Amino acid sequence: MSGLAAIQTSDIFGRLTWDAFKHDAIEASVGVGTLLLMVFLIVFLTYKKRWHWLWNEWLTSLDHKKIGIMYLIVSGSMLFKGIVDAAMMRAQQILSVGDSFGYLSAPHYQQIFTAHGTTMVFFVAMGFIAGIFNIIVPLQIGARDVAFPFLNSLSFWLFTVGVGLLMVSLMIGNFSGTGWVGYPPLSGLKYSPDVGVDYWIWSLQISGVGTLLTGINFFVTIFKMRCPGMTLMKMPMFIWAVLNTLVLIAFSFPILTATLGMLSLDRMLGMHFFTSDFGGNPMMYVNLIWAWGHPEVYILVLPAFGIFSEVVATFSSKRLFGYVSMVWAIAAITFLSFIVWLHHFFTMGAGPKVNAFFGIMTMVIAIPTGVKIFNWLFTMYRGRVQFTTPILWFLGFVIIFTIGGMDGVLMAVAPVDFQVHNSLFLIAHFHSVAIGGVLFGFFAGYTYWFPKIFGFKLDEKLGEYAFFCWFFGVLAAFIPLYVLGLMGATRRLDHYDASTGWFPLFAIAAFGVLLVLVGIGFQVHQLLYSIKHRRKNRDITGDPWNGRTLEWSTLSPPPFYNFAVIPQADARDAFWEMKKEGWKGRGDEPYEEIHMPKNSPLGVFIGGLSMALGFALVWHIFWLAALSLLAILACIIVRLSEEHTEYTLSASEMKRIEKEIEKRHHT
Amino acid sequence: MTAHPKKYPDPHHDVASNTIFGFWVYLMTDCVLFGALFATYAVLHNSTYGGPTAHELFNLPFSLAESLILLVSSFTCGMALVNAPNKPLRRILLWLGATFLLGAVFMGMELSEFRRLISEGNTWESNAFLSSYFTLIGTHGLHIIAGLMMLVVFAIQMVRRGLNPFILRRLTCLKMYWNFLYLIWIFTFTIVYLIGAK
Amino acid sequence: MHKNLKLAFFLFLIGSLVTIGLIYFFSAQIAVLSPAGMIGEKQRSLLMISVYVMLLVVVPVFILTFFIAWKYRASNQKAKYSPEWDQNHTAEIIWWGIPLIIIVVLGILTWKGCHDLDPFKPIASDRKPLKIQVVALQWKWLFIYPEQNIATVNFFEFPKETPVEFEVTADAPMNSFWIPRLGGQVYAMAGMRSKLSLIANGEGSYYGSSANISGEGFAGMKFTAQSTTQEGFDQWVSSIQQSSSVLTLDAYNELVEPSSYVPPQFFKLGSPGLFDDIIMKYMMPMKGMHSRGNRS
Repeated sequence: MSGLAAIQTSDIFGRLTWDAFKHDAIEASVGVGTLLLMVFLIVFLTYKKRWHWLWNEWLTSLDHKKIGIMYLIVSGSMLFKGIVDAAMMRAQQILSVGDSFGYLSAPHYQQIFTAHGTTMVFFVAMGFIAGIFNIIVPLQIGARDVAFPFLNSLSFWLFTVGVGLLMVSLMIGNFSGTGWVGYPPLSGLKYSPDVGVDYWIWSLQISGVGTLLTGINFFVTIFKMRCPGMTLMKMPMFIWAVLNTLVLIAFSFPILTATLGMLSLDRMLGMHFFTSDFGGNPMMYVNLIWAWGHPEVYILVLPAFGIFSEVVATFSSKRLFGYVSMVWAIAAITFLSFIVWLHHFFTMGAGPKVNAFFGIMTMVIAIPTGVKIFNWLFTMYRGRVQFTTPILWFLGFVIIFTIGGMDGVLMAVAPVDFQVHNSLFLIAHFHSVAIGGVLFGFFAGYTYWFPKIFGFKLDEKLGEYAFFCWFFGVLAAFIPLYVLGLMGATRRLDHYDASTGWFPLFAIAAFGVLLVLVGIGFQVHQLLYSIKHRRKNRDITGDPWNGRTLEWSTLSPPPFYNFAVIPQADARDAFWEMKKEGWKGRGDEPYEEIHMPKNSPLGVFIGGLSMALGFALVWHIFWLAALSLLAILACIIVRLSEEHTEYTLSASEMKRIEKEIEKRHHT
Repeated sequence: MTAHPKKYPDPHHDVASNTIFGFWVYLMTDCVLFGALFATYAVLHNSTYGGPTAHELFNLPFSLAESLILLVSSFTCGMALVNAPNKPLRRILLWLGATFLLGAVFMGMELSEFRRLISEGNTWESNAFLSSYFTLIGTHGLHIIAGLMMLVVFAIQMVRRGLNPFILRRLTCLKMYWNFLYLIWIFTFTIVYLIGAK
Repeated sequence: MHKNLKLAFFLFLIGSLVTIGLIYFFSAQIAVLSPAGMIGEKQRSLLMISVYVMLLVVVPVFILTFFIAWKYRASNQKAKYSPEWDQNHTAEIIWWGIPLIIIVVLGILTWKGCHDLDPFKPIASDRKPLKIQVVALQWKWLFIYPEQNIATVNFFEFPKETPVEFEVTADAPMNSFWIPRLGGQVYAMAGMRSKLSLIANGEGSYYGSSANISGEGFAGMKFTAQSTTQEGFDQWVSSIQQSSSVLTLDAYNELVEPSSYVPPQFFKLGSPGLFDDIIMKYMMPMKGMHSRGNRS
């Protein structure tokens, strides 16, 4: 029977009715809060008459640095939302014991953990990665821009649409409650007929297209646009990490597209890929989603590894140890990450030989990962280590990520996994590696590159306090979860009996989250305080840390064309070598005329239309979906028909801009 | 600074080779997408829930005819671009027109196959096998339709602005795309029709 | 800065020791570390050996981290400074090689463990195994005893020192059948037949749950597995066989309707092939059985 025919549809509004706007008090307050925030922003921008500025300088810009900053802003906001989700979950789990059922209904709780996972993986982590790639990659390889500036803008807007659909689901309808990977049959039409899973599907599909385009864009950029002299083996280690990440994106995201596509066909057209009956096979979904999902977690962590390579070398005032070994190690991790996916479902009954194979492959990944840690430690060995905030984040990473990695190898022993699969032990594992690895890496990179992006340093003391709160907060929040898992506590529970004895550990975990919230408080304070005192912390030279790579040879922030003259990179740590040979400034080689991309509103338009398309598909408003799709096609054709997408910057114009920036920097 | 001569072309003048390289990378990702659909078909092709199997449903000569038409269209697409900068515009348009026609006939044949199956009660809702069949063939068909649309757009651009480097670059991408779709079809034909119809 | 670092280091050290001590002290209350049956015991052994083997690498890494970071801090001008030194083949061989050896050891343990603890492998014993068929419903567990002709909900009893062979399926979304004190879990999937073998060393009451989210009432899918003496078990079975509730097809269809936090129920089995019928329902349409499913 067609899933479609079973649902009453009206022609204009699909299955959207006034019921979609009814929410309980908590959901309503979040929705109203978000709306108020948006209204405040609109009023503020109108009052300050900044709409033109916003449109011309930011939203339609194809400057990779600005696109990167916009990614970071969205990603940072979503981090805040994701942590609020986490706090709500921890609160529920200390209140919902025995006779009490807490303050959240079960469906609401399930939506919160689904949104938490989806937000953190797709919008915080992927957003930060795209942001830092955008800002840093062209600068580190001595290029002026990425290979496809328009696609870059489009990628950002598609990503933002994913965020938008998630936020809209808070106010109109509801979000999915099936977990962030959404296994059928639970996520199929029979067991989840409402709009939640559809919001989840289209949010991921649309932002997934953006991610894939970013992957292709930066892959071509790194291969084709490195400055003269920078062979592959002379690239900064961060660029190697990025390159491997892009390979993972290119080979894994199409699987996500296909799988979510098939799930949406099940739900919208009554197909039977993953239903329990009519020949469908939910186990196929599990295999496909993790064939994407495992590479995805390496997509998240490899850039963090790359950041640590930069940070450790710079703040040890020493070359990165074992560069060639590091390159091979990261390539090994990339390759291996495609052949371990089954470890996410050892308990699904694949049989001992298959389980053993995938378990052993999973353990093998620990070898190159360990190699990297040793190489970082030996970079510090016989160096001069400054305990700046980025180095603190690195040290915290070594402790927490190693704990997480260790129990990852433990779970790779399939019979052990039978006892801890889907328990809070698993949750503690992946949070240890995700927070200790991915998030700490991001914080290190954020602090390290902040002066380059914004022209002034972040306050060190406040960064230190933030780190200690995060470090002990994470340990307090997740070590109890390891024990809880071993006590038999399953994940995603909105209630448990007092007789289980789990309560004290949940209480410690809740305290840990509070500590993390204090840490975030310090980070917010750090940002505001540093902005207020930015003149004191100004980065005048562009090289505040005595850096080793090319981005530090530009001013902070760099001019929109990055390099007036493309540098020549003859060795690893190109800028360090340049400084050793007496580099004194941005040279007086003759400037040449260059071409820069013009702004384009089409990224914004395609983004907005994609949002309409996603919303329409969720609510079965098919006329709107068709119209949006046609309009998107029209925009693509318009872009393909544009003849003058670039403008010329003459040599004399560049010289003038350079002189002006120098003057402004020294006042 | 070192004494090396610095001859770095402005990256924006190297756009042609960037675009074509980028398009290759995109085609590889599309390959992975089809790979996931093929894997799903392989797992589900016997899950008929008691309904008719591939052997009973598919018409091998008809599919062979479809394949040959698509093959010829690949040939005509290639012919359009042989020595393109030195050819008169009209000749290129003629070859592209033939490509469009053959592609449209291919789509027509595919849609008539779909109509036949649906009219006999074998729809994508019947069972997992048919869901994955319609999706695999349908995804390929959607790609073909997108290619036909782009062909029309580029032909119009060619007529209005003549044969410039931008158009040649785009036609090269289109040719790669069209050949890629034929490659996917070879796999489809083999796995779905040849093996299935045995 | 250095004062804060020293403080943090000692806090971390003390915290780790206290945590490890507490885990050791309370291990009797930690199900996976204090199993009550052979399967769980074997899994714990594997866990402990793997942990010790890995600590061989992890502890030196931690010590090295603290030592290197401290000794080579920038303010320590006495430490040797070699800014260009970036390679050492011996070091590379050691840190590629030793982890490789450790992984080979763990790999062998994994290979053997996977075969030995394959859930489909029956437990060798002189006693005749007890067959229990498990059906995950929304949001409770149905236990069918095909040889004793009884069925229960959210509670089942079995004799100690006797292998119990579970066949597991679902008439619901994917669930996972898990009794942590006895051994690892296995997925419960509609239309499929998973297997698990467990055994209890003595008498006791063991907590069980579903370890895979299956909808709104998922948290209410707890059950109790009770092991008793052979006589106790026989008595329990005959008392149910004399009860008036029968699990007919109609009663089963009612049971399939969504409900959660269901207190234990006991039935005589109405149709002996119920479990097989439930599986076959997903293979092809069956008369009389309802395929129900709803979030609420």
